[in-house]
Amino acid sequence: MDIIVFVKRVPDTSEADINISPDGLHIIEKDLVFDINESDKYAVEEAVQIKEKLGGSVTAITLGTDSSEDVLRRCLATGVDQAIRLTDEAFRDSDACGTARVLAAAVKDLKYDLILTGVQANDDLQSQVGPVLAEYLGLLHVTVVNKLEIDGKIARVHRELEGGVEDVLEVRLPAVLTIQTGINEPRYVSIMGIRKASRLEIKVRNAADLSLSPDGVGQKASQVKIEKLFIPVSNKATEILTGSLDEMTQKLAGIIKEKGGIS
Amino acid sequence: MGGILVIAEHRKGDLLDVTWEILNKAAVVSESTGQRVTAVLAGFNVRAMAEKLAGRAHKVVVVDNPELANYNYEVYRDVLTGIIKNLRPVLILIGHTTTGMDLAPALAAHLNIPLATACIDFSIEDGKLTAIRQMYNGKVNARVCFSSSDCYMVTLRPGSFSVETENAWGGEIQSISLEVEKPSGIKFIRSVEAALGEVDITQADILVSVGQGIGDKKNLQLVEELAALLGGTLSCSRPVVDKKWLPKERQVGSSGKTVKPKVYLAIGISGSFQHLMGLKGGTIIAINKDPRAPIFRVADYGIVGDLFQVVPVLKEKIKSLK
Repeated sequence: MDIIVFVKRVPDTSEADINISPDGLHIIEKDLVFDINESDKYAVEEAVQIKEKLGGSVTAITLGTDSSEDVLRRCLATGVDQAIRLTDEAFRDSDACGTARVLAAAVKDLKYDLILTGVQANDDLQSQVGPVLAEYLGLLHVTVVNKLEIDGKIARVHRELEGGVEDVLEVRLPAVLTIQTGINEPRYVSIMGIRKASRLEIKVRNAADLSLSPDGVGQKASQVKIEKLFIPVSNKATEILTGSLDEMTQKLAGIIKEKGGIS
Repeated sequence: MGGILVIAEHRKGDLLDVTWEILNKAAVVSESTGQRVTAVLAGFNVRAMAEKLAGRAHKVVVVDNPELANYNYEVYRDVLTGIIKNLRPVLILIGHTTTGMDLAPALAAHLNIPLATACIDFSIEDGKLTAIRQMYNGKVNARVCFSSSDCYMVTLRPGSFSVETENAWGGEIQSISLEVEKPSGIKFIRSVEAALGEVDITQADILVSVGQGIGDKKNLQLVEELAALLGGTLSCSRPVVDKKWLPKERQVGSSGKTVKPKVYLAIGISGSFQHLMGLKGGTIIAINKDPRAPIFRVADYGIVGDLFQVVPVLKEKIKSLK
């Protein structure tokens, strides 16, 4: 089973203070910590586990500048066999369709039985690239997969719905599956492992290598464009407690009691 | 020709709230633009739902077929492609649900329609469509515009608009019979419900809920003690389940449980959209070190601080009030 897994380097914004750049179109990346996108991490683990069970190979591909190589090194340290980075000034500010066009061009000459990626990238939250890629490759897709078994030319998957419900589906391979967090337990990758992987080659491909016309990718080809980013404001009057730790917790305990939380 | 197409979503014979929410928004946009609203209902034995939808749309297009009994991308793509090519709407709206996430991107690419996903609002002014979408864990919103097209598609987050309405349009119901081909690549086997766990967090009056901020499974003891002290139940957000620190039955959110406690104490939970979807009512109290965490936008009370400093002192204060 030859598997391609698409990964993305994203900033960890869960606890970080986010600020918007003066042009209003990007966030300020300085001071943010970047890592592999959460659901992509699970997709890589799933791909490597399938390879360990059934044999074959795993190729990790990312679209990004040279700072994205860290993410590919992490993939190599996880057990991925080959890593490819797609980069070109022409790819900059592609929308989901532009990105999917680049990825489709990148896999055109590769051998694969299965394509995996994460459910969504935590930076732009689009959940689009996986299924759009499938459409461009003439393949079927299943999104939000939280269980996956390969049975010959069929993948038997559980697709997570709302409220704890799951649909069990069978999909003919090759197909594109988007992997949900929690499907497996991603292995621990040691610093040593990543250091060892730093000696492995990462192939780099640009628009010309992929025979991609710049017309179909990048900002100019985007059908959906960001006009402006802004920090949402709350319309709820939240009372943020102030004072010393002692005062704040005293007030909070009083509120909990008043609301029926202490019997 | 033209008009706004709303793709209705239903499960087990009931329309989902998100469909009513979108129809409400569509009605407002219809008023200002003159675009008529058509709801599309695909499924099997859906007549009763069609009648309900007719009160909220100018027209309901119904495709009733056994092959549509369960959502299957292949079948839905073919059916909706036929309907869209026939009706030629200017705008197609779908919920940003797991079904909308599966259907919209590939369908839009299939039909070459510009699509914005995970939107919380949109407007049409002077014929120009703009949408507001969420990015970066819900900490940043983006206003997006579209390049010129005959048709656009937008997926909308559940909960973005009100469910309630006073509209009663009495729209026409049009049943269309389509040849629905059996799917060749995707086969629906069955649906499985979540197994009943030992604990039912939906019944709890007091939930002490913990998120990624707890950092490690061994730190859970701190919040377990707080829950015990309050006579409450321990619940959590998705990352805690993904990391196998707590079982799925404890998860609050769209893919977990919807809860309505008297008091909800969110500790180290940033408040992703999916988490907040599971939170209906009650007094929400948040403890988080990030003042811009989305949880503070819904909380009634908050402490901005490190949970490892706040919770131990809070426990002492609660003991002294008992």
